[in-house]
Amino acid sequence: MEKKKISFQSLKGWLYLLPAILFLGFFMVYPLIDVFVYSFEEGYNSASQTYFGIGGYNYSYVLHDNYFLQAVKNTFLLVVITVPLSTGLALLISVGLSSIKPLRNLFQTVYFLPYVTNTLAVGLVFMILFKKTAYTDGLINLVITWFGGSAVDFIDGPYWAKMFVLCFYTIWVVMPFKILILTSALASVNQQYYNAARVDGTSKLRIFMKITLPMISPMLFYLIITGFIGAFKAYSDAVALFGTNLNAAKMNTIVGYVYDMLYGDSGGYPSYASAAAIILFAIVLTITCINLLVSKKNVHY
Amino acid sequence: MVDHMDYHKLERKNRVHKRIATVIVYALLALWAVIVLFPFYWMLLTSVKSYGAYNSEYIPKFYTVSPTLQNYIDAFTSVPLARYFTNTIIFTVVTTAVMLIVITLAAFAFARLEFPGKNMIFVLFLSLMMIPNELVIITNFVTITDWNMRNTFPGLILPSVTSVFYIYLLKENFEQIPDSLYYAAKVDGTSDLKYLLKVMIPMSKPTLVTIAILKVIECWNAYVWPRLITDDEDYYLVSNGIQEIRENGFGRENIPAMMAAVVVISVPLIVLFLLFRNKVMAGVSRGGIKG
Repeated sequence: MEKKKISFQSLKGWLYLLPAILFLGFFMVYPLIDVFVYSFEEGYNSASQTYFGIGGYNYSYVLHDNYFLQAVKNTFLLVVITVPLSTGLALLISVGLSSIKPLRNLFQTVYFLPYVTNTLAVGLVFMILFKKTAYTDGLINLVITWFGGSAVDFIDGPYWAKMFVLCFYTIWVVMPFKILILTSALASVNQQYYNAARVDGTSKLRIFMKITLPMISPMLFYLIITGFIGAFKAYSDAVALFGTNLNAAKMNTIVGYVYDMLYGDSGGYPSYASAAAIILFAIVLTITCINLLVSKKNVHY
Repeated sequence: MVDHMDYHKLERKNRVHKRIATVIVYALLALWAVIVLFPFYWMLLTSVKSYGAYNSEYIPKFYTVSPTLQNYIDAFTSVPLARYFTNTIIFTVVTTAVMLIVITLAAFAFARLEFPGKNMIFVLFLSLMMIPNELVIITNFVTITDWNMRNTFPGLILPSVTSVFYIYLLKENFEQIPDSLYYAAKVDGTSDLKYLLKVMIPMSKPTLVTIAILKVIECWNAYVWPRLITDDEDYYLVSNGIQEIRENGFGRENIPAMMAAVVVISVPLIVLFLLFRNKVMAGVSRGGIKG
């Protein structure tokens, strides 16, 4: 009797979990194993579901593909430029925000707006702001000429100009999250430390370097790590600005390469897509581990 | 006496310095606010400029003297914007609703029920949190294609109705509800399901609302999966729709109509945010990373 009750009770637990287990099994665990299988199946044909053999050819193909190398270069540039700039800028703005009282809520609300906008839709606005057409040089070029520069086509023009817009838009998109996290981190620093320092007559810069920064360093590193991961997965920002044919624009990212291999005009190669996705995952994992090692030395918990 | 004067002078000097610093801080904050708001202003402004006026402005104007709503009419008549909109609403509502059911059941099992293998499966769930979507999307694409679910709502919805992170968040919340309530309900002969519906869900409403809002934002902005799984315009969501409009709709030059579409797409989430400002911000800082 007692035993029967226990087994019913245990069945019940699994019953409640069943939907979650089914969905996760089908759409997460199985795909995770499958992606490795795909990446080693050579010459996979999605129509007949056959392949020639097992080996590392897919990886070697991807690593020798010029489109992939371009995508890796773009992604690394994007990461190296946007992560430090956006984190630094967010820190500056958050420190400014916490030092004022009137209008603070208004500023916070405004700063958060990019988070709730559709990346693809607002990207179009950035495109028309930066684009130079036969009809108009665009607003940004107007401003550039005010300062004596000459107009550049930021959307179909030189590589550095396109990279600039992409970085600018990426920073614009990721700032709300960073500002939010840093302002709440700053607000949670114990006021007593500041009072003690003020009594000692410590300078403001010194207070910031010796008290504020160490106190918020865990959150700062959290932002840097998630920032790296997010920037490595950049894709929709680029689509929003340059359209779906990113290879032609030489603006593709690693994630974009994966999707292009999978689907669309250049698609139909799940094996290459899998190999590229695993390479991306390996890069992200390595960078995250390095970040964690560095943070162990510098973060004060 | 002299010392006293100096002290006053110093204090005044200090005050002036402080005022200058405050002015600089406000100026910088205002500058960033302008950078954030300007694209929104520009899209609103462009959306009410007439097609002729916009294209005759070689040097763009910062204002318009004759605003028009014609572009909004064009946005709804010459491209199927209403269709994209309805699709997105269906997708968002169904995905969020199904996800809430799935995660509530799972979180309840983890927080309240005792069964063998619970800890093992929980650790397994947690480890799934580290799996990036990019890695599993390839097989999911193949699976959905094999099931002939391309260009269907189930195909769009099914892969995104579970979230390990939200299960975790909700489980933590459920565990805060005192055990004594559960035992009291048991004594009264209340079933587990009834206890979940009548006690736990009402008591965890704030967390559930936060999760729902975050999921709605995510669904409304979904781009990659819908793009992979739909190529029939009848099933496009707003993100794909706007991309389609950009590449094939209106003719490339009708930028005012394009901006009207962008405004229509952006407004719902901005309204949602302004209504639930604190909830959204608290929720995001607890674990919303845009992606």
